[in-house]
Amino acid sequence: MNFIVCIKQVPATTDVKIDSNTNTLKREGVESIINPFDEYAIEEAVRLKERTGGKVTVITMGPPQAENALREALSRGCDEGILVSDRAFAGADTLATSYTLAQTIRKIGEFDVIICGKQASDGDTAQVGPGVAEKLNIPHIAYVGKVEDIKPGTMKVQRMMEDGHDIFDVSLPALITVVKEINNPRLPSLKGMIFSKKAVIKKWTAADISADADKIGLSGSPTQVMKIFYPPARQGGEKLTGEPQDQAAALVSKMKELKLI
Amino acid sequence: MDYFLSEEQKMLVELAKKFAHEKIKPVREEFDEKEEFPWSVIEEFAKTDLAGVYIPAEYGGMGMGVFDLCVVVEELSKIDGSISLSLAATALGTFPILLFGTDDQKKKYLPGIASGKKLAAFGITEPNAGSDAGAIQTSAKKEGDSYILNGTKCFITNAGEAEVYTVIAMTDKTKGPRGASCFIVEKGTPGFTFGKKEKKMGIRSSSTRELIFNNCKIPKENLLAKEGMGFIVAMKTFDASRPGVAAQALGIAAGALDDAVDYSRKRVQFGQPISGFQAIQHILADMATEVEAARALLYATARQYDKDPSARNTKSSAMAKLYASEVAMKTTVNAVQVLGGYGYMREYPMEKRMRDAKITQIYEGTSQIQRNEIAFALIKESARK
Repeated sequence: MNFIVCIKQVPATTDVKIDSNTNTLKREGVESIINPFDEYAIEEAVRLKERTGGKVTVITMGPPQAENALREALSRGCDEGILVSDRAFAGADTLATSYTLAQTIRKIGEFDVIICGKQASDGDTAQVGPGVAEKLNIPHIAYVGKVEDIKPGTMKVQRMMEDGHDIFDVSLPALITVVKEINNPRLPSLKGMIFSKKAVIKKWTAADISADADKIGLSGSPTQVMKIFYPPARQGGEKLTGEPQDQAAALVSKMKELKLI
Repeated sequence: MDYFLSEEQKMLVELAKKFAHEKIKPVREEFDEKEEFPWSVIEEFAKTDLAGVYIPAEYGGMGMGVFDLCVVVEELSKIDGSISLSLAATALGTFPILLFGTDDQKKKYLPGIASGKKLAAFGITEPNAGSDAGAIQTSAKKEGDSYILNGTKCFITNAGEAEVYTVIAMTDKTKGPRGASCFIVEKGTPGFTFGKKEKKMGIRSSSTRELIFNNCKIPKENLLAKEGMGFIVAMKTFDASRPGVAAQALGIAAGALDDAVDYSRKRVQFGQPISGFQAIQHILADMATEVEAARALLYATARQYDKDPSARNTKSSAMAKLYASEVAMKTTVNAVQVLGGYGYMREYPMEKRMRDAKITQIYEGTSQIQRNEIAFALIKESARK
């Protein structure tokens, strides 16, 4: 069976600086990694391939350096990588991104299951996975914690809920987004690392995926970022000083004063 | 220092380091404390392809060499010198097959070991035959198409956990050392059992047990090389495996150095980090110099070995093992000293390194035996002039 994994390259840290002029994140000098949730998607696809045979294609939309994320995915067992990159994609919101990835998948053609991480660690929207499924007009199940069974044409999965889980039989092709409980991602293998260094990453532009210019990038994005800002830092509060005994006495009287004890 | 590693070797180091930090570091104290064999770690390790790094590609390995095995063992040992031993000891048990096996023997045993799913072990030591390997009493008697093994091996690393054992036994006691032979014995062979599990000072997650042969019948195809070649097999095996012990020792020392430097910069006494005191600085400087010297000697030895494995590498292998293990002991003792009370506590990983380091001066030939080997080679070289 054939699997497609959609991944995103994100900053390695959550402590990203904001460019107040352009309302975008400053990416320069920040190390990039595969979105941590996408690592579970990669691992699950590779495990399913090991069960059923077939191949895993990993795709990402991003700047040229996103190729590094694809190579890392190849070192962890994926077979083929496709980078969808074009200046025209810049400024895409989740709707335009979903469309772009869906067009990419249409061009790939045959597939059984698309797997995404449940959300990206930078934007945290969790919208792109389901968005891709809608654009392709296939069923999707988000927050999958276990693939119980898979065979041609159908699979059975558990969707994690706050108070337990639901079980779905879903016809294929379908898209799932996965949570971190689904597996424990492996490290790369040496053969995988050597393969990923030599592998040829396909590079597709907007023209290659026959994208409608009105549906991609900034012009295809109804979301407008008006302002981007840090939440106000917490104020320091009151600091007790002196000998430990005095501090303890002051703390207790303060708590009594506030009727906490 | 830059040792000019190839692209593939840099990948090896990166992967081994990642594995050590992500998969070994979180569990090393637990396995040491429980004296439990780290199967969960070994199963994960198998997926990295690193277990077969020194085994030829035609038998399922990565087709690299002793040098590459050493850099992997070094990286793993920086974090834990005990879990890394399951790999190094498997290499020790595998070298007799790699160096002396027929194509059939290699095809039968190497792929499983290369995949990391099967471990190996080497059995030479006996209760009354340690440094004096000529005193071996385990016997192998030929009967038709079989050999019958009787006797007991002790202190065998990976015993009970490994699937494949290479064992030295006497086929003709009257010939002394020339009457020894090497055999492959599989776990589960009738008459082959394991004795008590030893409780050790260090390398406590490693399994150390007796191999007990009681009328154990193995097919004659399991003889390695020829009858009477057992000691040559053992000596050539040690030439290949001692760099691995040196790598384990080097890793333990390098890990201790890293942690000692790190600690000295954080520990504040008399109003400043203790790294500001010359008394500490000089200890760290000596540690770093000796660790680097051990690494340079080991890397040169391993590279020379890989260039021509058929040449006699006894002297250089013995030197690398002797020096690295002495450095490991000295460095870990001093690292515990730098950490003071914290170094002595079992809550911190430093005292464990000191316990683990000691074995590297003992097994696969004590430091004294290494000196014998070096001196013997020196005298022989001089006599040839």
